[in-house]
Amino acid sequence: MRRPGLFAAQLVFTLLVAAFLAVPIAMSIVAGFTQNFFFGVASGLTTRWVAEVWTRYGDTVLFSLAIAFFCLAINLVIGIPAAYVLAKRRNTVTRMFEELIVLPVAVPGLATALALVMVYGRFGDFRTSGAFILVGHVVYTLPFMVRSVLAVLSSIDLRLLEEGAASLGAGFWQKIFTIALPNAMPGILAGSLMVVTLSIGEFNLTLLLSTPLTQTMPVGLAVAYTNSRLELGSAYTLLFFVIIIPLLVALQLWGNPSRARKARPLLAEGDER
Amino acid sequence: MAAHDDTAGRQDNIWLLLLITPAIVVFLAFWLLPIGKLIVLGGSGEHGLATYFDVLVNSRYLTVLLITAALAAGVTVVTLLISIVSGVFLARSDFFGRSVLVAILTLPLAFPGVVIGFMVIMLGGRQGLIGSLTNWATGNRLVFAYTFTGLFVGYVYFSIPRVILTVMASAEKLDVGLEEAAKSLGASEWRVFSDVVIPGLMPALMSSGAICFATAMGAFGTAFTLNVGIPVLPMLIYTEFTLNANIAVAAALSVILGLMTWLVLAGARSFAGNTVAAAA
Repeated sequence: MRRPGLFAAQLVFTLLVAAFLAVPIAMSIVAGFTQNFFFGVASGLTTRWVAEVWTRYGDTVLFSLAIAFFCLAINLVIGIPAAYVLAKRRNTVTRMFEELIVLPVAVPGLATALALVMVYGRFGDFRTSGAFILVGHVVYTLPFMVRSVLAVLSSIDLRLLEEGAASLGAGFWQKIFTIALPNAMPGILAGSLMVVTLSIGEFNLTLLLSTPLTQTMPVGLAVAYTNSRLELGSAYTLLFFVIIIPLLVALQLWGNPSRARKARPLLAEGDER
Repeated sequence: MAAHDDTAGRQDNIWLLLLITPAIVVFLAFWLLPIGKLIVLGGSGEHGLATYFDVLVNSRYLTVLLITAALAAGVTVVTLLISIVSGVFLARSDFFGRSVLVAILTLPLAFPGVVIGFMVIMLGGRQGLIGSLTNWATGNRLVFAYTFTGLFVGYVYFSIPRVILTVMASAEKLDVGLEEAAKSLGASEWRVFSDVVIPGLMPALMSSGAICFATAMGAFGTAFTLNVGIPVLPMLIYTEFTLNANIAVAAALSVILGLMTWLVLAGARSFAGNTVAAAA
């Protein structure tokens, strides 16, 4: 039925697009292991760049992981309860709140960062601590956790289930821990993956919030790209890929719970550039 | 019984309010209040609120604003064209390796802009792939990473994954029966595509196009890594703030940029909503 010529043309085009995205990734991985990239792989393979990156920038990797960990912890503590409330009470006020918390994603991170620096920049200890970066990451990632949990809670009949539990004598907290939380698990998992992935890759907000002593991986990468030789930048990128690619694969597997198709387009909205 | 339900309901409301309070406090303290202050600061320059107006009529700032908008628009058009061809193709065909191809096309979704910039250097930098290929073929090394072209390529790179996902999801839901009907009425393959497939995809194209445009307007990391001569709006804001300490202008420009991206996104959402409602 389908014309084979058309199929082949579309396939070749799509393969070229995939190559456009994949070839630079592969090149940077190879360059990270190459003695001298200008002379190609023939100059020999080495792990010295990776080792050098680890001694020079290893602390940015650990710092990024710590920020992502605390960002996730705060999201779990404040985001899940918020999503539960939004699922329980659908009215104008809760809908407005749902709209408002997405604003930090709609507005460029640079504007949010500038705003935070203007208001809190004078509080020296806060300004120079990792907590300054953390609050930026939390307001930026919160809507992803809230909407992902809310999507799952909205896809089940929460009211009916809770009424059933209440008729059996369950109180307010018992309903949460036996009905809402177990049902929300796929949304919590998807939201958590999104929060960690976005926090580790965040640059737009982070650059202005960071100080020489509080540098995340993307900020360190930007410095390395401008100041270091290509092989070193490549090895650093490789280190970043090792952390981010498993998260992205996990997101492709579990990032879209409830088939509500809310989780993935939301990530596509993320202003990550 | 009714009275008991009432007190239980009131008790629940108090608990619910307490549960959502931390999120409200964090949002107010670390986003709404600072952004409010930013809006005020934008109007606190020498000319007060007129700073917003000054910025918009200043030819240097206006040029940067227009260049950024043109870049974002061009990137959106190119990305949409690529995504329509590949997205519809992938949604409709089944062949060995298809899922791998989809995985590759969506992989860079959460790469930060700085890394995308480095990917452009890999392709078009002094030691890049295109340079080596052109050097081998013509003896001239084509280096484009640090030019406007490089910026354009980088923006298309990070736009493809997000747009292609939306187009694929939308193409999967298209009613093939409509196309069969058009074909049986004698429509050519091209007519079916332009009169049936494209209108069906329109809501997805509008919303993903708007997201693509807004993201390109606010993109910062790619421009920061490539640091091309032509400044884009986020780079201008960054330099006004860090190098020139021109706080009022930096604030005014970021409020204008934020307002633009937010309006485009809000417009796209209401458009997508309307067409869905009209189709139903």
